Amino acid sequence: MKVLSSKKILKYQYVVGLILFLVIISIMNPRFLTLSNFLNVFRQISLNSIIAAGMTFVILTGGIDLSVGSTLAISGAIAASMIASGVNVGIAFFAALAVGALIGTFNGFVISKGRVPAFIATLATMTLVRGYTLVYTQGKPISTGYEKSAEAFAKIGEGYLFGIPVPIYITAIIFALSFYILKYTRLGRYIYALGGNEEATFLSGINTNKVKIYVYTISGIFAALAGIIITSRLSSAQPQAGSGYELDAIAAVVLGGTSPSGGVGGVIGTIIGALIIGILNNALNLMDVSSYYQLLAKGVVILVAVLLDRKNK
Amino acid sequence: MNNVILEMKGITKEFPGVKALKGVDFRVIDGKVMALLGENGAGKSTLMKILTGVYQRTSGEMYYRGEKVEFRNSKESQDKGIAIIHQDLNLISNLTIGENIFLGREPVNKFHKINWKKLFNDSRKLLEQLGVNEDPGGLLGELSLGKQQMVEIAKALSINARVIIMDEPTDSLTHKETLKLFEVIRQLKKEGRSIVYISHKLKEVFEICDYATVLRDGMFIAENSTKELTEDKIVELMVGRKLGQQFPRIEVKGGETALEVKGLKNRYLNNVSFKVNKGEILGVSGLMGAGRTELAKTIFGAIKKEGGEIIIDGKKIDIKSPEEGINEGISYVSEDRKENGLFLGLSVKKNMSISALKSLSKALWKIDGKEEESICLNFVKDMSIKTPSIEQMIKNLSGGNQQKVAIAKSLATNPKVLILDEPTRGVDVGAKKEIYDIINRFKKQGMAIIMISSEITEILGMSDRIMVMHGGEIMGIIDGGEATQEKIMGCAFGIKGVQS
Repeated sequence: MKVLSSKKILKYQYVVGLILFLVIISIMNPRFLTLSNFLNVFRQISLNSIIAAGMTFVILTGGIDLSVGSTLAISGAIAASMIASGVNVGIAFFAALAVGALIGTFNGFVISKGRVPAFIATLATMTLVRGYTLVYTQGKPISTGYEKSAEAFAKIGEGYLFGIPVPIYITAIIFALSFYILKYTRLGRYIYALGGNEEATFLSGINTNKVKIYVYTISGIFAALAGIIITSRLSSAQPQAGSGYELDAIAAVVLGGTSPSGGVGGVIGTIIGALIIGILNNALNLMDVSSYYQLLAKGVVILVAVLLDRKNK
Repeated sequence: MNNVILEMKGITKEFPGVKALKGVDFRVIDGKVMALLGENGAGKSTLMKILTGVYQRTSGEMYYRGEKVEFRNSKESQDKGIAIIHQDLNLISNLTIGENIFLGREPVNKFHKINWKKLFNDSRKLLEQLGVNEDPGGLLGELSLGKQQMVEIAKALSINARVIIMDEPTDSLTHKETLKLFEVIRQLKKEGRSIVYISHKLKEVFEICDYATVLRDGMFIAENSTKELTEDKIVELMVGRKLGQQFPRIEVKGGETALEVKGLKNRYLNNVSFKVNKGEILGVSGLMGAGRTELAKTIFGAIKKEGGEIIIDGKKIDIKSPEEGINEGISYVSEDRKENGLFLGLSVKKNMSISALKSLSKALWKIDGKEEESICLNFVKDMSIKTPSIEQMIKNLSGGNQQKVAIAKSLATNPKVLILDEPTRGVDVGAKKEIYDIINRFKKQGMAIIMISSEITEILGMSDRIMVMHGGEIMGIIDGGEATQEKIMGCAFGIKGVQS
């Protein structure tokens, strides 16, 4: 094994920061360093992590996706109503993902072919999809009901496999897949190129529109997956589910060292970013800090981390 | 010798791991033009950054107007009267000309309200001094590059600069604008100002500079009066060895037509028709704005064509994007590698392979890493690209090596037609020769090459035929053997030549 150079260590500053953070918290609160608490943290961050993984693809191209929270809500609502009417879990699952993919593809089209800035385009879809969710649900929660499939559906968010919550497995699969795509495939290479220099990417013979459509579609699918998990866990879909989730996802991505202007970063950073936010929340909870202060602390951590990152560059 | 207004002695600059300057001496003579010459990476820009206070030297001393000086930032050097005009001008195109001249130093009243009348009046006076008849209230972005350069000079005059550093000032100027710039430089000299003139164009150095300082590998090599120097001598000082034939044009037996363009039309082009054969270099000459780059991009699919045909190997093809262009065997090396040719944040390997990934990926779009690596290593060896490894970030390479990577990136797609747009811009003399050799090698293998260049000597030295454009039209296609600088310039200025 190669010895880590100082540059490499800098690159892993987040890991170092995270470990330091863990040590301090466990000294302050012994309850923190228990397996059950850890599984708890991981399950809590799974939603944000999955959305943030999709957001990483988008931000790497230099874009942004504000519509993920709304996508989560509509996908969950559609899954819930399908399950309630007795549809097979697999069909409901893929239907919900398809809805997410559709919204993402729509975003990608508007942004690439329509040449609308991503911020504006996804702001519009965010509002539009939230509006449609309210119309669809009549503003009321949709219960997954008591059909046979509801029981199976509940396992997605609530179930355990070998003592570990199912959402943790899903998160792991999503991150492995994202890592693979970004590191080893053509699409991954194109994503970094696009974020680094769009004009050069176009002149290199790459269909930049297609790459953009792909990343927003991925983001939409991941958001829908998060929608399925939360609906399963609550056994109902809330019309306001996912509000503000886009900001948590963006925070995790940027905290993980992915450049907001694109081209630099990756999903490993994002999982660490999501972990930092998750552990911070958990630790403050264990220490009985009020949720108002938690928000305050989260803001400070994000700001400090990003400033440190700037300084290193 | 006249008075020395500025002297840098034994300047050393160390960056982590690199010694960029090793005891460089540099002088500027009062009222004279001092050329600062050297290959890319010789340390010219580092030296100028130290002079203007952008970088701090590791050791050495600086004297300015007889005093020992210390500049901690560029504002301090400006306050003392040292101005620098960067190659890519530092102007803001959506502000007015006057605002640009006084940016950050606007005349204000005691309530900090800008005195616009004074600002525009002063700007007008400065511009008139330079013989520029433009309304200072006009937008900067609407000026030609030549005039924008004059605005930069006006800016230098507005701080009453005694020493003006010009970094590659004629790089994007037309011939006429260059002559105008030289006039202004002579006038500045008369006013007792000194100029530091950085350029890769040796002809200009002899025309406008009084003295020349040559750097090589961060070391001072020589300072001489230009009267005592010759072009060959300077090149020898810069590269440290004698150069052989600069332009080794090779003869390749006439091949069949590889690319034919018929009546190409769009908003930049008017009825452009020509042919390129296999194993041939077609030089494309013309002034800035003649439509050369636009022609290349139209053939390549980056600009829409509105009429006309493109035929490759006898087959009419319809290209609507660079992606399709590459699929049909056309490859384009852009004129500005930093702006739209390379990905500065990515490695040498990832830059080289990006256009060729389709042929490198199997199932699930996974890239064949081993194959990719071996192709890249081959190019590095073949083109003698100087890089510690193919994982090195491209931005850490010298201009010449970056350009080689840009060419390799195109070649990796196995093109039938290779379009090179200004293949040696911003590349030092030694690397130029290597790039010419590379181009010739692919010519010999039967590739059809279109080479766009603003350097007439390069066009004359490399091309089998020379096509000259003006205003989006072809003014003439001249046989390489019969071409002269006069013929080409005649066509470039819009006088029809012989179509052959």
